[in-house]
Amino acid sequence: MIQIERISKRFKKLQVLDNINVLFEKGQVVSLIGPNGSGKTTLIKSILGLVKPDSGTILVNNILAGKSPDYRSQIGYMPQIGRYPDNMKVGHLFSMLENLRAEKKHSLDKDLIQSFKLEDIYQKPMRTLSGGTRQKVSAAVAFMFSPDILILDEPTAGLDPLSSEILKEKIRKEKTKEKLILITSHILSDLDELTTHVTYLQEGKLLFMKDIATLQEDTGEIKLGKAIARVMRGEHTDGSWIDKIFNTSSNEEKR
Amino acid sequence: MLKLSRYVLYDIVRSKIIIAYTLFLFLVSFSLFQLEENESKAILSLLNIILIVLPLVSIVFSTIHYYNSYEFIELMLSQPLSRKRILLSEFFGVAMSLSGAFFVGVGIPVLIFSFNSVGLSLLFTGVMLTIIFASLAFLASVLSRDKAKGIGVTLLLWFYFTLIYDGLVLMILFSFSDYPLEKIIPVLSALNPVDLGRIFIMLKMDVSALMGVTSAMYQDFFGSFIGVLFTVGVMALWAIIPLRFALLVFNKKDI
Repeated sequence: MIQIERISKRFKKLQVLDNINVLFEKGQVVSLIGPNGSGKTTLIKSILGLVKPDSGTILVNNILAGKSPDYRSQIGYMPQIGRYPDNMKVGHLFSMLENLRAEKKHSLDKDLIQSFKLEDIYQKPMRTLSGGTRQKVSAAVAFMFSPDILILDEPTAGLDPLSSEILKEKIRKEKTKEKLILITSHILSDLDELTTHVTYLQEGKLLFMKDIATLQEDTGEIKLGKAIARVMRGEHTDGSWIDKIFNTSSNEEKR
Repeated sequence: MLKLSRYVLYDIVRSKIIIAYTLFLFLVSFSLFQLEENESKAILSLLNIILIVLPLVSIVFSTIHYYNSYEFIELMLSQPLSRKRILLSEFFGVAMSLSGAFFVGVGIPVLIFSFNSVGLSLLFTGVMLTIIFASLAFLASVLSRDKAKGIGVTLLLWFYFTLIYDGLVLMILFSFSDYPLEKIIPVLSALNPVDLGRIFIMLKMDVSALMGVTSAMYQDFFGSFIGVLFTVGVMALWAIIPLRFALLVFNKKDI
């Protein structure tokens, strides 16, 4: 569904993305993991066309990203920090988005608006909302048009445990609908129960992309958190496993 | 396009600055017409205020609006809307509200007290200057990410067009007074929309007879039908070209 080929991006002196090749298929819940500043958000923003890569191509459902904006109707995006016009009221925001996208008859998905009880704050201006409430609004916006691809940047950061559970339950529900869900998070325990594939980025390079079973096997850890910690520390039971992954992933590309 | 502009307009009207600006213009022009017995004297005073205040308000307001709408632009960019459409909607929203304010604030008094060719050319010049400076403001704003820098640049632009440029022209006229300068006068004035507007209106008034040789020089060119076409065309170019460049820059920008 999302095919990323040889993407590179440099911000002045910093190489944020370095020749990234990866293929995300539908039905996958992919965790994008990496230390701070490893390029996760830039990669996501490149998929959305918010950041223009220096070289390489991104195909979303076989449409070249960044040319025509229409492919974005297939994508629901929840940003890391949701920023909204100060004066706009919450209810107004939802009705505006509905109105702007009315030309395509989507069946609107208002599950999250209901379960987060956002209707109660419809009259509040966006600037009065707390960080967590903003996150809820962002989540509701991302899911509203039932997109085939969901991109969630740190979805549970800032949410209280209850809301976090509601959101995870929603992600689990969408997972059964054969969608592609991309999640970045540092709270690995949240990802544990959701994810099917793990992608690891470091200093702009894609170190590996593999399914969760293989990762557990390679690191000898069941918990995602411990497995990733092993990878980050560079200690692994089988020293050559990274080479192995690179071989398999390049085979995948040839396919 | 208009759908999106409507939300921009709504946001601007709610901020109340535009209403204060309308009231200010209305009070100034209304009292000028009341104080001066001679309507063309009133128009002349009004002209001087318009040539200074209008560009300043237009360029500063548009710049601040752009930076304040950055969140809104970000949100819209993750929706299936093209960058061109988003920037143009912002521009039309700002340009329409500012020219609306001018039309109510100055237009109504002028139409009541001085409904003739001078009054109408004053209105035309005012609307064009508003649009031109909004367009320059958008170019300056997309070029810099920093708000303070953006506003600084727009203030410099305003200084240049209302004060510095006239000084430069005077200097040229003095240093090259031995040469026939009639030919380059239209070119020099075309390089500054404020000057162009001033000449365009002055020549419609009786006072132009008092300005001596220069006026005769101007009258030859700007008084003719071709001169009017020239003025309208050059002003349109001043509005379109900066906006065009702003779109080019905005299309390549990383958000």
